[in-house]
Amino acid sequence: MTTTALVRVVNLVRDYGTLRAVDDLSFTVNKGEVLGLLGPNGAGKSTTLRLLSGSLAPTAGTIWINEFNLFTQPILAKAQLGYLPDRPPLYGELTVDEYLQFCASVNRIPRSQRRKAVDFVKERCGLTKVGKRLLSQLSKGYQQRVGIAQAVVHMPALVILDEPTVGLDPIQIKEIRTLIRELGGEHSVILSSHILPEVQTICDRVQILNRGKLAFSDTVSQLQQASDFLNVAFRNPPSREALESISGITRADYRRPNRVRLLIEPGTDAAEQLVQTAVNKDWRLYELTPESVSLEQVFFDIVSGDTGEAFAARPEHGEGLS
Amino acid sequence: MILTIARQELRALFLSPLAWVILAVVQALLGYIFLSQVENYIVNQGQLAAITGTPGITRFVVAPWFGNVAFVLFLVVPMLTMRLISEERRSGTIALLYSAPISMTEIILGKYLGIVVFLGIMVSMLALMPLSLFLGGSIDIGLLAACLLGLTLLVASFAALGLFMSCLTAQPVVAAVSTFGLLLMLWVVDWGGTASTGDVSNYLSYLSLLRHYEPLLKGVFDSSDVVYYVLFISLFLGLSIRHLSRKRLQP
Repeated sequence: MTTTALVRVVNLVRDYGTLRAVDDLSFTVNKGEVLGLLGPNGAGKSTTLRLLSGSLAPTAGTIWINEFNLFTQPILAKAQLGYLPDRPPLYGELTVDEYLQFCASVNRIPRSQRRKAVDFVKERCGLTKVGKRLLSQLSKGYQQRVGIAQAVVHMPALVILDEPTVGLDPIQIKEIRTLIRELGGEHSVILSSHILPEVQTICDRVQILNRGKLAFSDTVSQLQQASDFLNVAFRNPPSREALESISGITRADYRRPNRVRLLIEPGTDAAEQLVQTAVNKDWRLYELTPESVSLEQVFFDIVSGDTGEAFAARPEHGEGLS
Repeated sequence: MILTIARQELRALFLSPLAWVILAVVQALLGYIFLSQVENYIVNQGQLAAITGTPGITRFVVAPWFGNVAFVLFLVVPMLTMRLISEERRSGTIALLYSAPISMTEIILGKYLGIVVFLGIMVSMLALMPLSLFLGGSIDIGLLAACLLGLTLLVASFAALGLFMSCLTAQPVVAAVSTFGLLLMLWVVDWGGTASTGDVSNYLSYLSLLRHYEPLLKGVFDSSDVVYYVLFISLFLGLSIRHLSRKRLQP
């Protein structure tokens, strides 16, 4: 709980009937930080974000935004946040300009500054050309962008985005990610996603929710250092003992007789050592791929609750989870 | 802030064909009824003139016509109010209002103001019909004003009840049907009062929306009738605000 904490969530609980969707959740978000919320379906990501946006009241616990209590001082607290729900809240019968004007005015931007705020946010979200189009006739990607524009039009300190890249094509996903990266820095951003590489590329910090509880929280830079793998292939494969005796290599897993996945100690020159040894002992090394996607590992460990099985059942790179 | 939401509500109404169709149908239907009543008056004018102390055209044509107007608007208002909140909940746009720095009271009052302005437009268009009688003679302005006041209060009460029903459900049609049901109940509740005598039925009939409308159609301005409508509207607006705040506690 540092002085730069913009959001403080304290012992948050939310029940839906007998189902406890969010269970005693506490965390903080610092100013200018991009926080990614991960979790399998039904883990309580959307509920957490809805609670943070004030669209849902908690069963217990409090949320402080910029030192304003979201539930006892809702007007002051809500002035600090912008929210994009999983479905963008668009009025299909309005044009982009009309809609953003309306959003600007419900967020209490003075009349004289509305025009400027809307133009600025349109520029930023790449909506300048579609200002006169009806929202219901825009493509999904543009609707999503309008959704984001709506969340940032009043320059809130906190932007909450619920699965911002879902249903977009790869180019749009890239653009939206760039936009979110830009938002971080001036704004704090909390986003949920079930695409692991996405979180890894755009977030500063990752939290994994499982069954409504906070199961993991760490910064992405630390995660990436945490562990590294080398995927190697030999024409003349050595024994496991021979590989594990090389300094810096802590574990060797045979995928196929000639393919091995090596867990290496971070910060060592294990790769170099390996190549040197391979040449000396004529193992005929022909492939060496470094790998550092450890977030998936963490995710599977947490979600399955069984480390060994998760390690063996790792999916290929970049595969999303659904 | 209330004005912003009211303006958005009006714009949404006029951007949908529903509002235009309703305005047109109501105008055409009531225009026809009005004309037939005027014709009826003209046919019987000779006989009426022979008797002294007969009611004039305002009492003979305008007041009964306002009774018909009330009935037609009773059918129409639930269709206008059904989507006020429920549509926003169904499409998820309510999240925009929930996460914006505005209070539940402002949302409800804004929505209500929007629909009341729309109904005001409708009532003033209807008022043109009795006013057109000025072309051929004079009418009782005081009585007409009482009728218009009564009609405005009546439809504003319909709208408040409709708004509350719209808060209760995410299905606009369910909101419309329940508004119809409750309005009809309040419409006929005084039938029991007239059939039997007794305290209970007297109280029941006092609740009737129509019972407070009829005196105004006769030109009798009783402040308790006006207070009844004001209380009715405040009650349902208060319930709506309360419900919208509580709604966030439920899934």
